[in-house]
Amino acid sequence: MASLPLTERMRRASSSAGAPRPIGVRPFGVKSAFGYVALIALTIYCLTPLYWLAIAATKGNTDLFSSFGLWFAHFNLWQNLADTFTYDGGAYTHWLFNSVIYAGVGGFFSMVISLLSGYALAKFAFRGRNLIFGLVLGAVLVPQTTLALPLYMVISKINLANTYWAVLLPSLLSPIGVFLARIFATDAVPNDLLDAARVDGAGEFRIFTRIATPLLVPGMVTIFLFQFVAIWNSFFLPLIVLSDPNLFPVNLGLATWNFDPAAHELLYNQIVTGSFIAVLPLIVMFLFLQRYWRAGLAFGSVTG
Amino acid sequence: METPAVVESPPASSARRAKQPARLARRRFQPRMLIPYLFVLPFLVLFIAFFVAPLVYAFQQSLYKTERSGLGFGPPKIIWAGAENYLAVLKDPQFWDGFWRVLLFGAVQIPVMMLVALLMALLMDSAVIRFRRFFRLAFFVPYAVPIVIAAIMWGFFYSPTASPIVQTFIALHLPAPVFLGPTATLWSIANISTWEFTGYNMIIFYSALQSIPQEIYESGRLDGLSETGIALRLKLPLIVPALILGVLFSIVGSLQLFNEPIILKNLTGSAITTHYTPNIFAYNVAVVNTDFNYGGAIAVILGVVTFVFSFGFLRLTRGRLGV
Repeated sequence: MASLPLTERMRRASSSAGAPRPIGVRPFGVKSAFGYVALIALTIYCLTPLYWLAIAATKGNTDLFSSFGLWFAHFNLWQNLADTFTYDGGAYTHWLFNSVIYAGVGGFFSMVISLLSGYALAKFAFRGRNLIFGLVLGAVLVPQTTLALPLYMVISKINLANTYWAVLLPSLLSPIGVFLARIFATDAVPNDLLDAARVDGAGEFRIFTRIATPLLVPGMVTIFLFQFVAIWNSFFLPLIVLSDPNLFPVNLGLATWNFDPAAHELLYNQIVTGSFIAVLPLIVMFLFLQRYWRAGLAFGSVTG
Repeated sequence: METPAVVESPPASSARRAKQPARLARRRFQPRMLIPYLFVLPFLVLFIAFFVAPLVYAFQQSLYKTERSGLGFGPPKIIWAGAENYLAVLKDPQFWDGFWRVLLFGAVQIPVMMLVALLMALLMDSAVIRFRRFFRLAFFVPYAVPIVIAAIMWGFFYSPTASPIVQTFIALHLPAPVFLGPTATLWSIANISTWEFTGYNMIIFYSALQSIPQEIYESGRLDGLSETGIALRLKLPLIVPALILGVLFSIVGSLQLFNEPIILKNLTGSAITTHYTPNIFAYNVAVVNTDFNYGGAIAVILGVVTFVFSFGFLRLTRGRLGV
């Protein structure tokens, strides 16, 4: 898979079912019937919980338990939305806003930082380059959860615990982002173009911003997307470094509603509706930015 | 994504191309030579502050212990412990309880998930030609759902009252399954991981299959290979690198299991203990009991074990990765 240029890989990835493929084009037979059955079974497995979530978000607390889970009961969505957004002084609204800040701001700056390093690793020869790239590769393999407890220790040591920074600053570091940026820069920015600009006397930062960056926009979207989703989905680190509910991201907030045994039963409809709302931006981003997802996945990116 | 025509050098692997240094930086020895370091500086600062420093600090903490004098009155003293915490962790039945559990979890969940993902990717690549786009979308959607929310959703599916599965069994007058009993809980958690990541792995395998040049299949068919033969003899070996990476990330994920059991904890009564997985154990020691010394030792051991497993797996499959 590494032998095709990136542009070609992205084109193939986005052309999906379009390109006619001689192999596999066969009349509908027993084998393909079996294939459809297997694929449809997996589709049902993948989509049923989300279908349930959408239905459940329209139900009141009693109906959640007394009516059949996969079909509508009394339509209570508007009340659920009002409850979710206003309960406890609008806590959920606050969490949603926090998540947007953490994932949006963190994702953006993380993307910029990754892009700078990835570009340098791809396009400059300098002492220590291989060492740095080795560190990046090693760090890609270290999952966030391994790092979370040590991070928590350091963050409490420097009195950063329970601030926005405790979540925001560590999320700026994205080894996988650097890794992807290096591949994108290698593939999408031609050396000849850079050399020509240098001959014309352009400075390196100018070359980076004016020549390289426009060519790297698709790669930037991919890197931003992955980091946005990673931050939006992160749970362990916020759980241990934050104690003030006003700073919680939406995941952690929902989890605390879910943890609280006393409030639990009264909050079911809000937990469900809140989960539904928190999933929506990700599904929308996923649907509209599909080819960028796949461009990143093609390189075996890390899981949440 | 349009690239000017000038660029395309003959197809060379991206890794190989990157090794050829851009000539310019080396030719002139000037302040210009510092520029690359300015580009990587932000990353390096973050790397040191939020990667190296935490690991070093956790390791350092793990070498000390806190001793309370006499009856627990008076200020606690922090004294050097050397390897004491480590030996204690290795003798701690709570640590091993969690460790064997995640090992069992991975040994069952990873092969099941990979097999399903692989079969589906091969199916999409050959037998089924219609609705590819739809299937790919449907399989990938769970990956976009945060694990916390996935666990909350499945929690309802496992609940004895709200679950549509249980409701269906009851409606059919069948004995309803218990999802969150003492032994069933682990497999209910495995189902959540499988739901999240099967499609993700399938997409990776499928992209790998799509990037294989079609001519290979032509020649395979000329040699008289059947469709299944082509899948097994030609396609499978070519996507082994993608398979290895998928398994690698899954091994790491299993050893680090934390989110799903923490979210399900309330629903399961006593099935999920404070040492259900090594990570939950480390969390309870370091964060809940604020014992950085013992917690640090658990975190370091878990990190080393994870590294040994992933590195060992890479060594075992060395040469197959092709990158």
